[in-house]
Amino acid sequence: MDISNIPPGGMHTVAWQGKPVFILHRTPEQIKAAGTSNGVSDPEPDSQRVKNPEWLVVIGVCTHMGCVPNKEGPGWVCHCHGSQFDDSGRVTRGPAPKNLEVPPYRFVAEDKITIGKA
Amino acid sequence: MSNRITEWIDQRFPLTSFVKHELTGYPTPRNLSYWWNFGFLAGFVLVLQVATGIFLAMHYKADIALSFDSVQHIMRDVNYGWLLRYMHSTGASAFFLVIFIHMARTLYYGSFRAPRELLWWTGQGLLLLLMATAFMGYLLPWGQMSFWGATVITNLFGATPFIGDQVVVWLRGDYTVGDATLTRFFALHYLFPFLIIGAVVVHLVALHTVKSSNPSGINLADKDNIPFHPYFTAKDFFGLGVFLIVYSVFVFFMPDSLIEPANNIPANPMQTPNHIVPEWYFLPFYAILRSVPNMVGGVVAMGLSVMMFAFMPFLDRSRISGGAHFRPIYRLQFYLFLLDMLVLGYVGYVPPTSQTMLIGQIATLCYFGSFFLVPFISRAEERWLIRRGLPQGIITLMESEAQDIEKRKLKQHLRKGDKHE
Repeated sequence: MDISNIPPGGMHTVAWQGKPVFILHRTPEQIKAAGTSNGVSDPEPDSQRVKNPEWLVVIGVCTHMGCVPNKEGPGWVCHCHGSQFDDSGRVTRGPAPKNLEVPPYRFVAEDKITIGKA
Repeated sequence: MSNRITEWIDQRFPLTSFVKHELTGYPTPRNLSYWWNFGFLAGFVLVLQVATGIFLAMHYKADIALSFDSVQHIMRDVNYGWLLRYMHSTGASAFFLVIFIHMARTLYYGSFRAPRELLWWTGQGLLLLLMATAFMGYLLPWGQMSFWGATVITNLFGATPFIGDQVVVWLRGDYTVGDATLTRFFALHYLFPFLIIGAVVVHLVALHTVKSSNPSGINLADKDNIPFHPYFTAKDFFGLGVFLIVYSVFVFFMPDSLIEPANNIPANPMQTPNHIVPEWYFLPFYAILRSVPNMVGGVVAMGLSVMMFAFMPFLDRSRISGGAHFRPIYRLQFYLFLLDMLVLGYVGYVPPTSQTMLIGQIATLCYFGSFFLVPFISRAEERWLIRRGLPQGIITLMESEAQDIEKRKLKQHLRKGDKHE
């Protein structure tokens, strides 16, 4: 899909395999904040979760019971049971056990990504 | 004329003898209270649900593009479709209310004890079938709550060790709850009530073998049984009238009070409503599920919470019959358990905060604790009550039961002796 029209700090949600996929165009501040820690409950360095640090692509399904979290402040909040995720999609709080899943995707051009094939 | 037809049938089929033996002339304890009406009411609601359900199925479309609109079509265009729909949705709640009261009666009066264990377990099986049927039926209107409730609950099967993720996809028919899920849930929702009917027949055969218990807890003498007709047909129809009044108030004056407002929004897989909540009859079990921070633990706890009832015949070690009638501590336990269910229901309904989570966890511990403490409390209570003095009827009953056990043991011992020859 074409990601050229997502502004920095903006997010787009597309459907893939019937599930929502969040595509977040991260600002330099967000990239720096994501790099400072490895996440709380499921440690994983930010660099392992993105191909290009400016773009975060994660499946928008809470790893707890499957609700769709809402973009709120830094990261996402799942209103079902209060799980919170940071701007790298890593779980920072609440009953969710794992970070948001990163789907297989690749950049076919500088402003186009294909989800489904790494 | 009708006598000749009846005679003709009787020569070929045990119609008259069956009706006399199992229905009109069936011996029933004369002291059954209104708490014994609820089995009949459950059967009535089953018939109501099947009838309204079949007529709804004539107009409903099980396709994700059409389902929500087909329900609106039923509500607006189909003659009396609104009545069918509201009767069916209210009927589901009524079914669970009746069943919960029916179970409460059984727990209170100890009607699950020997020789009625199979009666209790077939009832347990019926409860599970009913919960499955209700869960699948709730997806059919394809509203926001329908979709997300189905998503969350089918996700739970992912807790299965090793094959969890594959089980979830197999169950749904797709990676997410979608058209495949809706079609199969419709097919199964149509099927399960007929399995329930079969299980009800088994339940009634078990009942007619051991006969009803009664509020006094003592086996009544044969002379204290009265024919089911006209006494209990009259009592059942009276109870039915009261039930129908309450039911009709909901169907005609407040039908939407039992329908979640979020379910009037068509399902949107991209957006979860802020507050997912199951129907009221699932709330306590949902609260138990959420109380355990670990996903597998939560699923196990929820499953166990439904199955715990099945262990009651083994957990209750007191030889005093009649349940709570003669046992004040058991009665207290029963009321505390009811209170705990209400607390759990509340916790299941409200959005989770750290306080409600704590209350929920305490309530879950009390829930399982009640069951685990029954063996110890029942034995201690029996000793205390025997010391305090029991009514003569109970003493006679316990002595005769003890004699029966001794006789049986002796027979087994002698039979074993014969085998050694």
